[in-house]
Amino acid sequence: MNELFKAFVKFFSSLRLTVVLLSVSMILIFVATLAQVELGIYGVQGKFFRSFFVLANIPGTQVPFPVFPGGYLVGGFLLINLLAAHFTRFKAKWSKAGIQFTHIGLIVLLVGELLIGLLQEDFSLRLAEGESRGYSESFRRNELVLIDKSQPDFDEVVAIPESTVADLEPVQSGKLPFRVVTKAYYPNANIGMLNSMPEGTDVSGLAPNSSTEGIGPRLGVSPLPLSFNDEERNLPTALVELVGTEGSMGTWLVSPMLVAPQTFNYAGKEWQISFRFQREYKPFTVELKELKHDVYAGSNIPKNFSSLVQVRANDGSEDRESLIWMNHPLRYQGYTFYQYQMDSANGFSVLQVVRNPGRALPYIACILMTIGLLWQFISHLVKFARRRKA
Amino acid sequence: MKRFIPYLVLALGLFVILKSLLPSQADPDFDLEGFSNLPILANGRIKPLDTVGRTTLLTIQGRQAVYLADGSKITPNRWLLDALFRAEIADTYRTFKIENLEALALVGQTDETLKREYDSMTARFMAVLGFLPSRHSRFSFEQLDPYLAEIDRQGGLAIELEPAQRNPFQRAVLKLRNNLVLYQQLKHSMILPEEHDFLTLLQELQENYGAGIAAVRARANEEEHDEALAAQMIDAGQIFLRMDNLAFMFPLPPLGEDTSDHLWQKTGKALLESFQTGMVNPYAMAYAGLGRAWREQSPVTFNTIVELYSTQLNTKFTEQMSKANAERRFNDAAPFYTSLLIYIFVFLIAITSWLVWPEALQKSAYWLLILAWVATTVGILTRMWLEGRPPVTNLYSSALFVGWGCVGLCIILEKIFPNGIGSTAGGLTGFATMIVAHQLSLTGDTLEMMRAVLDSNFWLATHVIIITIGYSATFLSGFLAVIYLFRGIFTKSLDKDTAKSLERMVYGIVCFAALFSLVGTILGGIWADQSWGRFWGWDPKENGALLIVIWNAIILHARWGGLARTRGIMALAIFGNIVTSWSWFGTNMLGVGLHSYGFMDEAFKALVVFVVINLLIIALAYLPANKWRSANRLKSA
Repeated sequence: MNELFKAFVKFFSSLRLTVVLLSVSMILIFVATLAQVELGIYGVQGKFFRSFFVLANIPGTQVPFPVFPGGYLVGGFLLINLLAAHFTRFKAKWSKAGIQFTHIGLIVLLVGELLIGLLQEDFSLRLAEGESRGYSESFRRNELVLIDKSQPDFDEVVAIPESTVADLEPVQSGKLPFRVVTKAYYPNANIGMLNSMPEGTDVSGLAPNSSTEGIGPRLGVSPLPLSFNDEERNLPTALVELVGTEGSMGTWLVSPMLVAPQTFNYAGKEWQISFRFQREYKPFTVELKELKHDVYAGSNIPKNFSSLVQVRANDGSEDRESLIWMNHPLRYQGYTFYQYQMDSANGFSVLQVVRNPGRALPYIACILMTIGLLWQFISHLVKFARRRKA
Repeated sequence: MKRFIPYLVLALGLFVILKSLLPSQADPDFDLEGFSNLPILANGRIKPLDTVGRTTLLTIQGRQAVYLADGSKITPNRWLLDALFRAEIADTYRTFKIENLEALALVGQTDETLKREYDSMTARFMAVLGFLPSRHSRFSFEQLDPYLAEIDRQGGLAIELEPAQRNPFQRAVLKLRNNLVLYQQLKHSMILPEEHDFLTLLQELQENYGAGIAAVRARANEEEHDEALAAQMIDAGQIFLRMDNLAFMFPLPPLGEDTSDHLWQKTGKALLESFQTGMVNPYAMAYAGLGRAWREQSPVTFNTIVELYSTQLNTKFTEQMSKANAERRFNDAAPFYTSLLIYIFVFLIAITSWLVWPEALQKSAYWLLILAWVATTVGILTRMWLEGRPPVTNLYSSALFVGWGCVGLCIILEKIFPNGIGSTAGGLTGFATMIVAHQLSLTGDTLEMMRAVLDSNFWLATHVIIITIGYSATFLSGFLAVIYLFRGIFTKSLDKDTAKSLERMVYGIVCFAALFSLVGTILGGIWADQSWGRFWGWDPKENGALLIVIWNAIILHARWGGLARTRGIMALAIFGNIVTSWSWFGTNMLGVGLHSYGFMDEAFKALVVFVVINLLIIALAYLPANKWRSANRLKSA
């Protein structure tokens, strides 16, 4: 047992393992970088880095099969390797302090990247000039919402995540007087008015549309393949049937492409149904007061984008102006607002809103590694100089 | 005698540098220097006309000098004057480079028409050997004129595709179309090319403004009017409108008190405004006057106008004028070209030192290396001053800086280990990076404006510089390893001591590279966190930098763990060349992410060749030890 344990420790603390793991990580990173051309940066992160194995389908089938260790596995092993090496070879010697600090920094960096991957959330906040918003929207996720408009002071919102819609799971909730049954779901689709389609359009390419209520029956749905382009957003379409106690109330066609919510009445209350970008409400509002897009004289090269915003806390504790521009974000209540996109011609600005509780970790890692590397470098230099003198 | 060789070599080097500082474009009659000094605004910055001429020629024909049919050549300034004021002559110069065979067929070229005839026997012999081109690759606007519509159509089809999806023909035809557009834009900067007497047109306008505008008004109100005068005014208006639409340059400085950059004007726009002010813009008039003087080849008038115009600008735009002047001198001196030449000699002298006169030649190479490095440094500093930026702002400047870093490290190495190895590596890397920089300069003006996302002098000065030094060091360790292998395998000059010191050099430089690439990568993460909200985004360039860090870490751990001995370390260090070239250029070719600011497809071939050569050298490292020519000397002390 003891022998086995020793062999185990020896394996996990060996430099040979380090070199192998580093080489494997290089291959992983290189292949993942190439894959970005097809999958986009976001798609690659999920497939290669935030996974235990890189999966590929067995040729000719849809069965996934692990072909290469993923980021979690390689990173995890590296972490074990680092820790094991430290525990077995640790010596409290000044000459080793540099290496030790560097490696502890590396451990923090690896753990930090794991936490950031798990905890970081980013949203977009799109504001027209003069507009004020108390929520931001997800870059990728959508939600099906049913809103009870009967109260004069507030809306009662029931939000169903896209994953539930995608699974075609019926939803029954105490907050809803009816059941929500998804009949069809297309992860990316284009919709258009049937009567404005050009003469002779091939209607057979459209998906079946069983909608009976709202704008749905007048629309045609053409499903599209999922896009992995980081600049494009997939816009899903769903056909949702609402079933009350006395049977079906009808089927609605919903999509984030339909900006205006569809309205209906049930049991004397007014309701709205829409499929929209997932929202996160904040305890404050942001108003876009002014946007600026400067170019260099005599060219179209952008020189600067900036958004002047007013931040107001709902509890009245904060009401201030802030200028957000390139390389100068606004930080407020754990969120960071970055200038992301801008369309000055149409007068709107898009801010990226990031919440990242693990933000400090890379900085701590950097400090540790800097100390370690400097220590190592200086002590080597001193040794070298002494040897040359001798 | 041998003692004086280093001094002689140094004196020669100094002579080359001093000679490069002398004006090369001087003309006995025309004040071309004064003309090329004149500042204009284009692509966001004020620059001398000299830069416009040179960068336009580099873009459209890949070199600065223009060769005429009789074999004589003209300077960029003369070409620029012809393009601006005597378009019908400039149209006959062969200045459009086309190499793609399908693109050549598109413009009506066949094997017959492409063939180059040489009169002398020697020239023909040289052409067969490939020292002289055997085919034409540059064509005049006149030759291309009949095919403009088709070039435009094909280019329009190609532009619809993503850059990565275009085939070589589409890339070539699109480039040709862009070059033709650039040339047309240039021709419309100061005058309308078809209007051969632009000055008279402006003068007549100046005299008849009051009456002319009244005539146009009357015509609009259907009242009695001088039809000829009204028509003349309307014609002039359309000419100016055309110039305004076609030109890209803003040659006319602001007239009022406010001298800010965004008030510079295009000629067409300024002349259109004269309908409101009732006065022709005097600067536009000055350029029209220059135009006539050049058309009539009248040096006296030309020089007087240049003189008057410069004097006037000097009082109001002192700073712009002095910067433009400095930039012209900088262009003329071409410090990077001079240092490129010297680096070749450093390399040759240093390797010769392993065969004969080691001491004298090593010293010569070392001194010359320092001299070339100083020239590069001055060049980089001048660019920094002109731009008001840290040294690395685009791919071109990164190549200069990688070279600067490599050579700087080599000077230190040669100081510590005075055995010619540092100088050899310095000459080689300096030369190679200057060649890369030259290739990158073919895309146009290398003093570009920084895009908003990257506009942060603090991060440019820290992250970018440190990561670039990391590239330098990784390359250098690779080149040192190549020197080790080549000397060991092909010569008998690698003895145990040299091998030991080379080993230590490679190890030291790898440590240095690991340190700088790690710190640079982390600083990049901090910049990203500060500016975009994520420390690490798996962007291709970030991944590339990480690969360099990991690779250096692998080399170090392999050495510490005893997994690789000298030969293995050398092979690993050479593979570092491949990793670095991927990170530096390969990642930009993917067209993904924030850093893809320098997409170039022609460089792809060069990258593949570089990778293959390095792989071959690595394979060479595994030649059995007894096959090495230095085998015996390596064994015995």
